[in-house]
Amino acid sequence: MDGGARRVIREGDWAVLKRNEVFKAVPVARRRKIIFEKQWFYLDNAIGQIYGTTFEVTGGGNLQPKKRVEETATEAKEAGTDTDNRNIVDDGKSQKLTHDDIKALKDKGIKGQEIVQQLIENSTTFRDKTEFAQDKYIKKKKKKYEAIITIVKPSTRILSTMYYAREPGKINYLRYDTLAQMLTWGNVHAGNKMIVMETCAGLVLGAVMERMGGYGSIINMYPGGGPVRAATNCFGFPDSFFQMLYEFPLSKVESVLSGTFSLKALPSESEDSMALAEDSNGSGDDKQQLTQDADMESSAVMESNQPEEQEAADLPTEGEAFDNNKAKGTAHDKEKKQEEKRKKFVETAALLKDKNADGLIIASRFHPVPLLLSLLEFVAPSRPFVVYCQHKEPLVECYTKLREKGGVINLKLSETWLRSYQVLPDRSHPKLMMSGGGGYLLTGITVTNEFVKIGEETDQAASEPTSKKRKLEEHC
Amino acid sequence: MSFIEYGDTIKEGDTAVVFLGHESMFPVKVQNGGKTQTKYGVIRHSTDLIGKPYGSKVTCSKGGWVYILHPTPELWTLNLPHRTQILYSTDISLITMMLELKPGSIVCESGTGSGSLSHAIIRTIAPTGHLYTVEFHQQRAEKAIEEFREHKVDHLVTVKNQDVCKNGFGVTDVADAVFLDIPSPWEAIGHAKSALKHEGGRICSFSPCIEQVQRTCLALEEHGFTEINTSEILLRVYNVRTISLQIPDLGKAAEDNASATAFDRGSPSNQDAASPQAGTVQFKSSVPLREMVGHTGYLTFATKSLF
Repeated sequence: MDGGARRVIREGDWAVLKRNEVFKAVPVARRRKIIFEKQWFYLDNAIGQIYGTTFEVTGGGNLQPKKRVEETATEAKEAGTDTDNRNIVDDGKSQKLTHDDIKALKDKGIKGQEIVQQLIENSTTFRDKTEFAQDKYIKKKKKKYEAIITIVKPSTRILSTMYYAREPGKINYLRYDTLAQMLTWGNVHAGNKMIVMETCAGLVLGAVMERMGGYGSIINMYPGGGPVRAATNCFGFPDSFFQMLYEFPLSKVESVLSGTFSLKALPSESEDSMALAEDSNGSGDDKQQLTQDADMESSAVMESNQPEEQEAADLPTEGEAFDNNKAKGTAHDKEKKQEEKRKKFVETAALLKDKNADGLIIASRFHPVPLLLSLLEFVAPSRPFVVYCQHKEPLVECYTKLREKGGVINLKLSETWLRSYQVLPDRSHPKLMMSGGGGYLLTGITVTNEFVKIGEETDQAASEPTSKKRKLEEHC
Repeated sequence: MSFIEYGDTIKEGDTAVVFLGHESMFPVKVQNGGKTQTKYGVIRHSTDLIGKPYGSKVTCSKGGWVYILHPTPELWTLNLPHRTQILYSTDISLITMMLELKPGSIVCESGTGSGSLSHAIIRTIAPTGHLYTVEFHQQRAEKAIEEFREHKVDHLVTVKNQDVCKNGFGVTDVADAVFLDIPSPWEAIGHAKSALKHEGGRICSFSPCIEQVQRTCLALEEHGFTEINTSEILLRVYNVRTISLQIPDLGKAAEDNASATAFDRGSPSNQDAASPQAGTVQFKSSVPLREMVGHTGYLTFATKSLF
């Protein structure tokens, strides 16, 4: 499956651009102008190269594969003999090149590497700096002037990092390490029959699909007119992965549970919702989400003060590139498609009715309690479930409600902290900034729920060691 | 059952998990005629387990009951016999995602240790991937082989008994990912590089001490690895509890006191709290554990790139 073809960047692929720690997912197409980190270029030259290749942006927006350079000898090792900065004064005049000089250099199309060299030569204080400070200076300038872009293959690692950094509002502030926990605690693997309810732009769905590798089945629950799959599309999964993917509207869940779900009620209504899903490709739902996030997001953007709004808007919303591919076929084709969709819809309902799913994953902007209580009904006993929520309180409520209802054990409310380190000789320490929060998880395992009698419940409390332990803890 | 495929009912030869209560469980090997003692009495495998669905409540001889769970790598991690210090699921989760493991991945690991991470890797790369794991301690290597066979995943894993720092992984140009949990990982970076596929792959090294990380990062850089990144992940678990706080007596009239509880109306849990005592307010809260794991190890990730 991971044969040679997968390594080569091909037209029609989804690829991720990487510059330093910044990512951006783009569809690979010829003669398509890409704007990334205040630079524009075409991907034409990247086609046929291997994923992981690093490119330099040259004049006219061309990409040129870059060979690894031996760390250039710019680092003139004439560090200050005084090993401190007692004689360095910030007079704002240490750089002899002016703003305009630098701009002129850039306009001349001079390589970033040379600009950095010039900056060093024209810095009066560079030589007085300590070796560490020189290093830092060069790194900073390189970051700014050397336009080096690596093209990598999309993966959960890359896309979840990218979304958390660029569009956290779209994925309900689900941090990548939290997503990693969800996949593990959900025991997501090939052959499973999973239920996924998410409003994270399809990122969680994509992560689950990647881990299942096209084996098994996934039922994607969605609110409104259709599932949002903008992030799912970025993974560039083969078509075969979508054959295992089923979707089902949340609004029909109750009818499946109560047994009133019928095919008769289906056609007219499904036609409406399907049509909506197809025409606007679910963007109605997305818009709704956007307005909800708008207040949060605008403030976030202003705070970070990064000139990236325009790029952020460039993130694939609602499978842009895929709209074009969509057959604008004849009425006959449309009818056939409708029929196929209806068939899959019925299949999906049947899958749910078996109530033997191997796991449940919830990560949405909705209150998790009703979702969890209903959707857990479809899960077989002795299977894990994971609920994500940006806030802790709704999960406390889930915990309480599940305890009352029974049928679950090993409930655990948790959160992970992620701390990054700078590791350099004699300069190792935790990074200055860390993420303040990546959401909370409630995990547990389903068990057979015998009809709960009132008497039995007290019995249960008496024999379960947890409650004793808890009582003890409450006293201390 | 197996660790890579769910089964509905308990069968002879299965490894099942007996769940007695929170944080109290153990694995059993299901055998015809087998017996297992618990604090609630004996479980007879032939009558109490075999043929029953996973997730069932089983009543023991003394009248107490337990749940029987399907094995997963996560439950195994909590219950396996320790031969070494092990990795727990919090670190394992980040490792799995950052190494980009998925069905079909080829992975090299060393040391095998107690097989905690090995089971999680095998679960993720099945049914088409393969794990090459190297353990220099002969007894541990043998024990691991035995466990993989018992858990019906031996077709997905090759255990080698050799020193990874001296002899490497025994494979070249095959792996998508390498994981190192050894005392001197910097000595194995060269071997890791040659085990990885020519076009590249990911590597992770787990070390408890920063000095180890330091040397590993230097070695990674020397061998041309890129995207070198070190991080640490901590799990915070919360207990959900009902807390009641007393209303202080400020000498107000009784009526005023009663209305004082009204300020908590916003919390729904307050309403269903059973007969709150006079002068107290009850609410649901999530409380961090009094003690938590503060450090397991630093995780250093890097990419082997093409050129």
